[in-house]
Amino acid sequence: MILLKSKIFFLVLLLPCFVVAETIHVGTSYKYKTIKSAISHSKNNDTLLIHKGYYQEGTILIEKPLTIIGQNYPILDGLHKIEIISIKSDNVTISGLKLINSGKSDVYDLAAIRVYKNKNIKISDNELENNFFGIFLTKSDHCTITNNRLSSTEEKQNDSGNGIHLLYCSNILIENNHIAGHRDGIYFEFVTESIIQKNISEGNIRYGLHFMFSSDDVYQENTFRNNGAGVAVMFSFKVKMINNRYEHNWGASSYGLLLKEIRDGEITGNTFEKNTTGISMEGTTRITVSQNDFIQNGWGIRICGGCDQGIITKNNLIGNSFDVSTSGSTLSNDFTGNYWDKYMGYDLNKDGFGDTPFFPVNLSSIILERIPASLLFLHSFVLDLIDQSEKLLPQLIPQNIVDKKPILKKI
Amino acid sequence: MRRILKYVMFDILRNRFVIGYCLFIMLITFGLLSLEEGSSKSTLSLLNIVLLVVPLISIVFATIHFYNSYEFMELLLSQPVRRSTILYSEYFGVSCSLSVAFAIGMGVPLIFLNQGLVSIYLLLSGIVLTFVFVSIALLGAVNSKDKARGIGTSLLLWFFFTAIYDGLVLLILFSFSDYPIEKYLLAFISLNPIDLARVAILLQMDTAVLMGYTGAVFSEFFNSWEGLLFSSGLLLLWAILPMLLTVRIFKRKDL
Repeated sequence: MILLKSKIFFLVLLLPCFVVAETIHVGTSYKYKTIKSAISHSKNNDTLLIHKGYYQEGTILIEKPLTIIGQNYPILDGLHKIEIISIKSDNVTISGLKLINSGKSDVYDLAAIRVYKNKNIKISDNELENNFFGIFLTKSDHCTITNNRLSSTEEKQNDSGNGIHLLYCSNILIENNHIAGHRDGIYFEFVTESIIQKNISEGNIRYGLHFMFSSDDVYQENTFRNNGAGVAVMFSFKVKMINNRYEHNWGASSYGLLLKEIRDGEITGNTFEKNTTGISMEGTTRITVSQNDFIQNGWGIRICGGCDQGIITKNNLIGNSFDVSTSGSTLSNDFTGNYWDKYMGYDLNKDGFGDTPFFPVNLSSIILERIPASLLFLHSFVLDLIDQSEKLLPQLIPQNIVDKKPILKKI
Repeated sequence: MRRILKYVMFDILRNRFVIGYCLFIMLITFGLLSLEEGSSKSTLSLLNIVLLVVPLISIVFATIHFYNSYEFMELLLSQPVRRSTILYSEYFGVSCSLSVAFAIGMGVPLIFLNQGLVSIYLLLSGIVLTFVFVSIALLGAVNSKDKARGIGTSLLLWFFFTAIYDGLVLLILFSFSDYPIEKYLLAFISLNPIDLARVAILLQMDTAVLMGYTGAVFSEFFNSWEGLLFSSGLLLLWAILPMLLTVRIFKRKDL
């Protein structure tokens, strides 16, 4: 009873906070002309309504729970010198702002919106242009970043920051953002249990999405287009990659998806189209690659050394210059039950599976892998001849990369 | 010379082979381009036609034509005509009619369905390869009187340039793969007209990125003015040198 009483008492104490929370207008024709003055006169949980205009007030520091809403995208300009918004409080919402020209620095990671060690931050519907870092979260959790548009026109990798950068975070939702022209579109370092979905990341200098040392994350239904390389997942584990599109990540050392030193990943339902390399794997353990489409890539799947216990099944490999290539001896990876458009077998017992095994690694791709200079013979008659002759003398192709039950119809 | 050239071309047109060749190329090109609209895949198939079919047709047709018109040449030589004139008319007559047939056959569909730099490269390479292989064919034919042997030689030469040469270079690459061999590879590739044409066309396509580092080295070279001059100069040399040699042999030959 006493406990209940104290609870009610506590609630009553809290009540004024909700009641008194008010809306403060900011703009040239209102009482508060600047955002800073409005913040300093605001109480916890107030809403700041920022009207259309041009604001340059240095770094705006938010140290109490506030909701900041822009109307018709008021412009906050960092004049290429400073961080525009620093959030050092929980429960802050930022939406509808247009943040441009954050500072660039080799020493500090200046960002348009920087979040330090907080929870329940909501950043939505903002437009960010020409910033160094776009949205930068450090040691925060339970935040959402939705419906933002980030773009940058910097061309040099060293002078460019990441679009959405997370460091030591957990339980973050990143949804429906459009990120273009940054270094990495989205960057995760030591981030756990977070979801990235329905974003479009295109034209970034390095990667569309980059995981480092992260675990238990999911990214799904995103599109990665025209990036230096689509997605890089490195030194991470238990990352799920579902229903994404990797398109036209096309360049001399480009790929749709790079896996490096990861384990227990799941890659399902993705489409890899027109990438130099669809998936490049290096040092992976227990990776499942299933129900993906690999269409018109230079290499469908490229397996470097030390890939172990991978399962590659129910994928469509169509129109790739090379379906699978490998350097050196690969360890046990299971390639059973995929559709290969290069498969020329037959199915006498009509069970839907080809009666002869398919060896996806052809001789020319082995030669090219061993001697990169011989790539100059790409599409030459002699390489076709070599591939045909290898069918007669199957001595050189690795026997452990084999699909024993290739599917005859596209899945 | 003009009159003999006219005779040669008229002769070629009359036997309808060239018209058939032109229609054949046109049909294939139209078919490939309309089956796979404007994709790089159809361009790759066209590339194979330019690199395989065009040299083969050129070398075989030129050889056969040389042997078939051998008696006509002997007849002409009883007149006050220089031997080199007759041979040059034969050369230009055959290669011009073949390359015109090729240019129409592939050019018309390309103009309608696939305009672009790659198409120009395809056409130019095809024309130059026609000249190159006609001149190689004549060099082979002038050396033997026996028709069967001559055709055998020309087929062998075609196979040499399309496959054997590349195989040998690959073998060399294998043996010296531990050394930085890119520059020598450039030299090797330049010595084969078919390889030269292939690399020049491929570098214009987006598949060029698949060629990686070596491709980048080449791309830099071939897309510079010096590289362009160098490669087209080499191709021209391939068209001229065997012909000069042929004329030299033909002049001294006991007919």
